Amino acid sequence: MPAVQETIDQVKAIDVDQYKYGFVTDIESEKGAKGLSEETVRFLSAKKNEPEWMTEWRLDALRRFQQMDEPNWARVSYPKIDLDDLYYWAAPKSVEGPKSLDEVDPELLATYEKLGIPLREQEILAGVEPKNRVAVDAVFDSVSVVTTFKDELRKAGVIFCSISEALREHPDLVKKYLGSVVPVTDNYYATLNSAVFSDGSFVYVPEGVRCPMELSTYFRINEQNTGQFERTLIIADKGAYVSYLEGCTAPQRDENQLHAAVVELVALDDAEIKYSTVQNWFPGDKNGKGGIYNFVTKRGDCRGKNSKISWTQVETGSAITWKYPSCILRGDNSRGEFYSIAVSNGYQQVDSGTKMIHLGKNTSSRIISKGISAGKSSNTYRGLVSAHRKATNARNFTQCDSLLIGQDCGAHTVPYIESKNSTAQFEHEATTSKISDDQMFYCLQRGMNEEEAVALIVNGFVKDVIQQLPMEFAVESQKLISISLEGSVG
Amino acid sequence: MLEIKNLHARIAEDETEILRGIDLTVKPGEVHAIMGPNGSGKSTLSYILAGKEDYEVTEGEILFNGENMLDMEPDERAAAGLFLAFQYPIEIPGVATMEFLKTAMNAQRKARGEDALSIPDFMKRVKEAAAHLNVSMDMLKRPLNVGFSGGEKKRAEILQMSLLEPKLCVLDETDSGLDIDALRVVSDGVNKLRSPNRAMIVITHYQRLLDHIVPDVVHVLSKGKIVKTGDKDLALELEKNGYADFIDAAA
Ligand SMILES: Nc1ncnc2c1ncn2[C@@H]1O[C@H](COP(=O)(O)OP(=O)(O)OP(=O)(O)O)[C@@H](O)[C@H]1O
Ligand SMILES: [Mg+2]
Repeated sequence: MPAVQETIDQVKAIDVDQYKYGFVTDIESEKGAKGLSEETVRFLSAKKNEPEWMTEWRLDALRRFQQMDEPNWARVSYPKIDLDDLYYWAAPKSVEGPKSLDEVDPELLATYEKLGIPLREQEILAGVEPKNRVAVDAVFDSVSVVTTFKDELRKAGVIFCSISEALREHPDLVKKYLGSVVPVTDNYYATLNSAVFSDGSFVYVPEGVRCPMELSTYFRINEQNTGQFERTLIIADKGAYVSYLEGCTAPQRDENQLHAAVVELVALDDAEIKYSTVQNWFPGDKNGKGGIYNFVTKRGDCRGKNSKISWTQVETGSAITWKYPSCILRGDNSRGEFYSIAVSNGYQQVDSGTKMIHLGKNTSSRIISKGISAGKSSNTYRGLVSAHRKATNARNFTQCDSLLIGQDCGAHTVPYIESKNSTAQFEHEATTSKISDDQMFYCLQRGMNEEEAVALIVNGFVKDVIQQLPMEFAVESQKLISISLEGSVG
Repeated sequence: MLEIKNLHARIAEDETEILRGIDLTVKPGEVHAIMGPNGSGKSTLSYILAGKEDYEVTEGEILFNGENMLDMEPDERAAAGLFLAFQYPIEIPGVATMEFLKTAMNAQRKARGEDALSIPDFMKRVKEAAAHLNVSMDMLKRPLNVGFSGGEKKRAEILQMSLLEPKLCVLDETDSGLDIDALRVVSDGVNKLRSPNRAMIVITHYQRLLDHIVPDVVHVLSKGKIVKTGDKDLALELEKNGYADFIDAAA
């Protein structure tokens, strides 16, 4: 509830054109050469002091990538991306192991402050309220420069570090799980990522451990022309639990920026992973110019029995979103969940959804998708629910609701259902609605202005998903959704 | 408080004239009842007061505390103190009644340059007002008007009215759908709001509401015009004889 008021204040303060986080941080960057080649990959891998096998793994991906064609089945269109015009390596200048926040470039800290990430406060708060602590592994461009709370996590036995560090410190774990959920050749963007991934987070929660705090990574694209290829790998060993938060912002730019991340989750027997995303990258200006291209492969493998993976996402940004966080329900009695809010305004194009692949016995999944389209945007839900021959008693419930604001936007629902097992029970519900003039008039008559009224009605529409988010993300998300819909009425 | 002068209005879409020269003056502290046959324009009048876009004023003016109300947006009218209890309250899915109340109250406060209510202050006000109207905590947690019974919707309207503390209350058939006990509860709620600096316009078809909320003035609206004005006895007369006398007289 207080979020609504905050939302309104924020909405007031922002113009569609003045993307709040559209500032460029002035830190000298070290860049590699432009272009995609074996040389680039070797340079990148060498820069990161990677083991031989990793370099080979990348090169193998590159060779396969060179044989692939860009997919075109999604309901999105964009000018061709020149992969040879991108840098595949950029790092803030002073990355040599800051031991504490004091050693971190003040400009960088200022950037995070503008983004509203009170790193310092969190450390101070740490002593007070351990339960509410958030550990931040801050990714600035390609290299993780600040990691907090490491000591405490170490005490619990939880490994939370950058992939680069994990490659040095825990190579066996990385080798065992990397690419085991999203194979190198899974799809065009995932293969590209495998060849040139820059950095990202690594989490390992050992057997029986409940991670003592929510883990959070804030991504930020900063260098012009630097394609971002994050790689995240999270493993919850038997009986472990972890909740992971991912949030993104990016500076305003004229040129489109490519982002092709890969996220892999592995849940072993009785383990649970909760992965929440708030994505608000620059969507382009009011004429549709600029904005991030977001082509992401996110997949969770419920590898063990009774395991559970749940994806919750709030997607408000990017010019183009191509994203299908999925669950492979391999273990018997495993469960997958997907809760999504996708907001599109202006000229944004969203093609997003999920896949629930039922392989084990008595597996269940739940999909709640809320799409909100405004302006001239296009918003497509694309989902696949499938039951393998051996997946007896597979259960799925899918609900896809679309809300249209204005006359020029579009919403599409493309559900695929495949069942090779007669005991499977799949339910699908879909609705499309509009904010009615009567609802608007009623709210205005009670004293709300148009923006307040839309914010309220939209928050009502997405409530089921917002409730799935951790508290701090829930508040932030309500704000973001309202900011994203600014200027969509009247 | 309210001065309506020679008000003519039509439906914006097809230009059908609905109101054909209404004159009405309501002073602070007064309660006016408006009665009249179905389709005579009572709800239309209330919507035009509140600023609904579907209608177009072609002639005349409306002054609210001396200000030209036709120049104001619906939310400005609300913040200035106009409240309309809808004949058919609108459902707002997913928005808890409580949340709606808070958003509305704070929106009006903001428009008037006042601070937002603190949570404890807000809760205290809601609990008090809800208790008077027999509105349960459970109902306050449910999405506004979604699945509410007819009577519950009307009680929710009056709950909003008492929390927003308007200067001019327009009640459109608030009695319809209420059982006998609820009618008393709601009427008591409305009567509690009567005060020397607040005025009310009560639209109704039935004397039984006016037994509880006793009006100072009663008007008969027919075919978009006020054809008769009297005191509370006029309502009793109508109850006995119907509208025939007045409608014929106007024709
Ligand atoms: N938006 C609209 N579009 C078409 N017709 C309308 C519209 N609004 C009002 N009308 C017509 O105008 C006339 C007056 O309607 P109104 O709702 O004001 O009547 P009323 O006096 O409130 O009736 P009741 O006692 O049945 O509530 C009716 O004939 C109605 O059908
Ligand atoms: Mg009516």
